[in-house]
Amino acid sequence: MGIAISMTVNGAAVSAEIDPRTLLVDFLRVNLGLTGTHVGCDTAQCGACTIHLDGRAVKACNLLALQANGAKVTTIEGLAGNGDLHPMQAAFKECHGLQCGFCTPGMVMSAIDLVQRHPGADEATIRAQLEGNLCRCTGYHNIVKAVQQGAAAMSR
Amino acid sequence: MGANESGYIGQSLRRKEDRRFLTGAGQYTDDVTLPHQTHAYFVRSPHAHAKIRSIDTSKAAKAPGVVAIYTGGDLEGVGGLPCGWLITSVDGTPMKEPPHPVLAKGKVRHVGDQVALVVAETRNQAKDAAELVDVDYEVLPAVTNPVEALAPGAPQIHDEAPGNHCYTWALGDKGAVDAAFAKAAHVTKLDLVNNRLIPNAIEPRAALASHSASDDSYTLYVTSQNPHVERLLMAAFVLGLPEHKLRVIAPDVGGGFGSKIYLYAEETALVWASKRVGRPIKWVAERSESFLTDAHGRDHVTHAELALDKDGRFLAMRVNTTAAMGAYLSTFASCIPTILYATLLAGQYTTPAIHCEVKAAFTNTAPVDAYRGAGRPEATYVVERIVREAAVEMGIAQDEIRRRNFIRTFPYQTPVALMYDTGNYDQTLDGASELADVKGFTARKAEAAKRGKLRGLGYSSYIEACGLAPSNIAGALGARAGLFEAGQVRVNPTGSVTVFTGSHSHGQGHETTFAQIVATRLGIPVDNVDVVHGDTGRVAFGMGTYGSRSLAVGGTAIVKALDKIVGKGRKIAAHLLEAAESDIEFKDGKFTVAGTDRSKTFGEIALTAYVPHNYPLDKLEPGLDETAFYDPTNFTFPAGTHICEVEIDPDTGVVEVVRFSACDDFGNIVNPMIVEGQVHGGLTQGIGQALLEACVYDPESGQLLTGSYMDYAMPRADDVPSYQVSTRVTPCTVNPLGTKGCGEAGAIGSPPALINAVLDALAPVGVTHLDMPATPHRVWQAIQSAKAAA
Ligand code: FES
Ligand code: FES
Repeated sequence: MGIAISMTVNGAAVSAEIDPRTLLVDFLRVNLGLTGTHVGCDTAQCGACTIHLDGRAVKACNLLALQANGAKVTTIEGLAGNGDLHPMQAAFKECHGLQCGFCTPGMVMSAIDLVQRHPGADEATIRAQLEGNLCRCTGYHNIVKAVQQGAAAMSR
Repeated sequence: MGANESGYIGQSLRRKEDRRFLTGAGQYTDDVTLPHQTHAYFVRSPHAHAKIRSIDTSKAAKAPGVVAIYTGGDLEGVGGLPCGWLITSVDGTPMKEPPHPVLAKGKVRHVGDQVALVVAETRNQAKDAAELVDVDYEVLPAVTNPVEALAPGAPQIHDEAPGNHCYTWALGDKGAVDAAFAKAAHVTKLDLVNNRLIPNAIEPRAALASHSASDDSYTLYVTSQNPHVERLLMAAFVLGLPEHKLRVIAPDVGGGFGSKIYLYAEETALVWASKRVGRPIKWVAERSESFLTDAHGRDHVTHAELALDKDGRFLAMRVNTTAAMGAYLSTFASCIPTILYATLLAGQYTTPAIHCEVKAAFTNTAPVDAYRGAGRPEATYVVERIVREAAVEMGIAQDEIRRRNFIRTFPYQTPVALMYDTGNYDQTLDGASELADVKGFTARKAEAAKRGKLRGLGYSSYIEACGLAPSNIAGALGARAGLFEAGQVRVNPTGSVTVFTGSHSHGQGHETTFAQIVATRLGIPVDNVDVVHGDTGRVAFGMGTYGSRSLAVGGTAIVKALDKIVGKGRKIAAHLLEAAESDIEFKDGKFTVAGTDRSKTFGEIALTAYVPHNYPLDKLEPGLDETAFYDPTNFTFPAGTHICEVEIDPDTGVVEVVRFSACDDFGNIVNPMIVEGQVHGGLTQGIGQALLEACVYDPESGQLLTGSYMDYAMPRADDVPSYQVSTRVTPCTVNPLGTKGCGEAGAIGSPPALINAVLDALAPVGVTHLDMPATPHRVWQAIQSAKAAA
């Protein structure tokens, strides 16, 4: 029944025997206990589950864990190094880009990917690129500010 | 950040809670795992209305991993879910309260109604087994629209509520209103629909229940805005448990907006079943279930009339509303379209006579209850839409008609029961006009016209009532609960402070704001204060967070507890300093004998309270830990003006919000950054309602057509602009903080501002009416029909 997979998650090698229909997000949350990655929908539209797979932002609810076999995965837990917040995390705090915090891990992971793809993004680009991440609390105003500030800090 | 003379009050401190949320260390209900836990899945009705002929669980029971299956018949002795507010009809009869079973008994009344609970080793196993539960339904005709539900011959949803009628309630002096209309120079009439919304907190509802055999007690982790209310309702009214045997923990909660106030069937079934199963049970809603079963918002159909004199002064208003309750009465459903709606119909204006009649109807839909604003957005929509129409009809400018009718003397008794304590509506209208650059609008409109686009400007001068109170008056109006709040300030021996509040934070930032208040009052660093909330096992009591009440009511309870701490500290200081208590002053963290330099620090007093060697033990208890309960004497009345500017492409009907300006008066502000964030979020929800969101049921089958994010248009980052917000302050006179509340204002003020702007833009092409949401399809069709009619 079980099938063996292995991958690198936040820099550590992990391997496990799983039910083949296990979603990547459930593998991270349930098998690895990395509950920072959230689930907000069942149609791959809210972005709360966004992680980095081999450096690209993907929705972990929309992949089987098997599809990440051999890959390098980074979750929100893997961003802060040595206790220091990643510049994007710091910018979200500084700009009050989060309220309830539920969309936040996915939002931050998307934002980092966005900045890597569009280093000098203007407000319209940021808004268009965040289209895959829903936030019901902040009204996006401060998220956009945070992404701008985070982008500036990342380029330093 | 250090404290200035007013301490931390008024400072935009960055939030204490953010680090855990930003690093993935938040603990939401689904993040909690208990040893040996099982998983639940609910079998739900696929029909809007049906008789249950039989349920066969035998096949499902044999499926892999299944631990137990329960249906309505198993829940013997379990009561129905209660409604917390009794509304009395105009004829003196109480509202109809049909049973709201935890699991369906004999009948289902909306798509998603829960029929059976399947418990299994894993979530997937529970889900697989649920598919094997065989329910034999006899499908009945359904009705989803409240007006149709009250029409003769409509399908009958509850035997206990003939004609699907829940109540007919009224407020105001009908005779005075009729008399005023008889002598009016002008009457404006308007028919409005306030669209049904689905709250959609991004964290779906979830619960984890466990039972401890050793002391026969239960623990429930649940996505709740008010764990003590949840415990009271579930223990005392449904399960018949003594309250001290049920601990309810609402850990980090991912947004609520009202939808997590209520006692729901799922967590109730889980608590009940956890003892039978003998293992913890976890349930997490899939988003599809959230769409089907979270309590929805709004859903009003209204006819309104405004009588004016020849100068555009309001003489009277008449409002008739039909409101949907859904299939069952949710926890506070009945008071939303009544107590929290009709009372707000005076708005910011001196309208001397108002009468409102509300009919509430059962429908074959999810229940309807409070959603961000709860009744007040519906009232504001009626008032601000009809004021716009009246101004247009009478040729008066939009700001001018408002100014002609503003209330300017306070306190002000409205004809619909409320007494506004304070406000300054000219000030917020001026502020919003400045932010919106109203003066430059004509030029912008002309420029847009050159590009073939239509520009419009819309106003909304809203008022809301927050911090529902006082308890005795609410009780007389039908409330079945108190409306106070509890706060406890525990000074630890070394002078650090733990605050326990009955308010609950699910995004509002109480851990920061409340700490700012405490640190300021005690003159200690804000990092020395931690705020605990959301656990009936740790917090004395609480009514929770809803109706923008947390700071005004919960914050004040903490202030009252601080008064007691300082009072006791003064006694201890007087003893240590060998002075009279009345000579002791407390300032900047020091107890000082007035006029001298003899003093004791707050830390020294704390230590003395816990190491009472030199202490007046004969007169004073040791320790420094005080609790206060605060019941406000009145509501608070935040108010402001929102101005929306839109640009419409007449070829596609696409509405772009190009500028949105909000000037609000929330009274005194503790943390401006957090307040602005609340406004941004509220505005986006209001813009969502006016531009994008609509819950649609198929009128024939009662199926939810907008049951996922594919079909229900949530506002996304590229649907809304960056906002221009500012505040003006008239301190609230009701509470010592002078604060009014800010959580819902954005969602209350913005929908009419947006629709008024759309109508302003479309006026040149002859469009005179539009209901929310102003989707491209609707706008385009309105333009085509206007053209055809011309
Ligand atoms: S949970 Fe993955 S997109 Fe919503
Ligand atoms: S912060 Fe709550 S959903 Fe974004």
